Amino acid sequence: MGFLNAAHLRFLFDGLLWTVGLSLLAFVGGGLLGFAVALGSSYGPRGSRLLVSLYIKLIQGTPLLVLLPLAYFGLPALGLDVAPLAAAAMALSIYVSAYLGEIWRGCIESVPRTQAEAAECLALRWHQRVWHVILPQAIKIATPPTVGFMVQIVKNTSLASAIGFVELARAGQIINNSTFEPFVIFVIVAALYFVLCYPLSVLSRRLERKFHVAHR
Amino acid sequence: MLLLSAANTTLNYAFDFSAPLAYAPDLLAGAWTTLTLSLASTFFGFLLGVLCAIANTKGTRWMARCAGAYIEVIRNTPLLVQVFIVYFGLSSLGWQVGAFTAATVALVVNVGAYTSEIVRAGIESIPKGQLEAAECIGLSRWQTLLHVVLPPAIERVYPALTSQYVLLMLASSICSQISAEELTAVANRIQSDTYRSVETYLIVAVAYLLMSLLMRGLFWLLARLAFPRRRRLGTPL
Repeated sequence: MGFLNAAHLRFLFDGLLWTVGLSLLAFVGGGLLGFAVALGSSYGPRGSRLLVSLYIKLIQGTPLLVLLPLAYFGLPALGLDVAPLAAAAMALSIYVSAYLGEIWRGCIESVPRTQAEAAECLALRWHQRVWHVILPQAIKIATPPTVGFMVQIVKNTSLASAIGFVELARAGQIINNSTFEPFVIFVIVAALYFVLCYPLSVLSRRLERKFHVAHR
Repeated sequence: MLLLSAANTTLNYAFDFSAPLAYAPDLLAGAWTTLTLSLASTFFGFLLGVLCAIANTKGTRWMARCAGAYIEVIRNTPLLVQVFIVYFGLSSLGWQVGAFTAATVALVVNVGAYTSEIVRAGIESIPKGQLEAAECIGLSRWQTLLHVVLPPAIERVYPALTSQYVLLMLASSICSQISAEELTAVANRIQSDTYRSVETYLIVAVAYLLMSLLMRGLFWLLARLAFPRRRRLGTPL
């Protein structure tokens, strides 16, 4: 392994930081959009619920590797000149919003109906009911699957390499092109992804167990 | 700044779908490669997953640990990196195969881990009474597994398995990065030939939607053939 010097490792570490940054951007953007999607599909009128469910099916039925170039080439077609980071963040946010919206819709709908009825009996208006009664309980139910989905987000940022954004997978490819030791390099890259994702997986499982115990 | 520029933009892009549609034979060939890649990976991945699930639930402690380690490694690393390791990494160690074979191996290894977790949940949901009854009528451990545990387990988790394999078909687009000639690779080639990126990727997105509907239909048909109990008795297990 004498071919890997400090500069290579520094480059990989920079890629790791960009992966974390893009994942956070995708989570925040996708989370905001997904929250709107979840509310729209749980509480909207029938027309908006149909539109939202079509949106979810459309995004979930398209590979991310087709969404990413669509954002990267389609946004300049609309007149917006975007850097690869912005295009990747936008495409990932839309992708994440469909999945998180579906997860959160399920969690909102799994709060017992009696809670909503009791809140109505106490003369709470709709927004007070949602904000003070339904959402706190839904957030507790939603935390394990959301943390589990963050693992998917981190893994999916590796696809941003296809539109030229230099994150960890692309950094590995670039180093491979100069040193030609693919097995070692990609195993190191896989190990770095594992270090990012495994704690999130363990946390998600632990939260799920805690949630179930709390409800026994 | 992004919002300001959005407020000033107009759609001054002339859509031209005839250019990528002229490549329809290539698109169909790519779609066919995607389908064969996905179905082959589904079949072998299912077998691998069931074996791992059995090792995890009914095997010795070491077998369970090995299966568990394999599942954790695969589920916590991206498919793109796994594909690179199989295609570039293993070929640098001397095992040189074509892109399609490498793609299939990587997809089988990947979906095997996810299948194993799903089937394990199904196996653990079989009531203990079933196992005890099987023991009472003298079935061996393998006979119990094959006839009493696995069919109901797989029937219970069948929707989850179907979703997983449709996701696999979508994830096969990643194999375009190792130049396997599937649909996304064909789309990349067409858009670099015609410069019609938006139209090409829109057409390919619709193609993937149609293919996922097709795969769901195939799995539904398979369920009708493989699980006659629900059809005959009308009751879930």
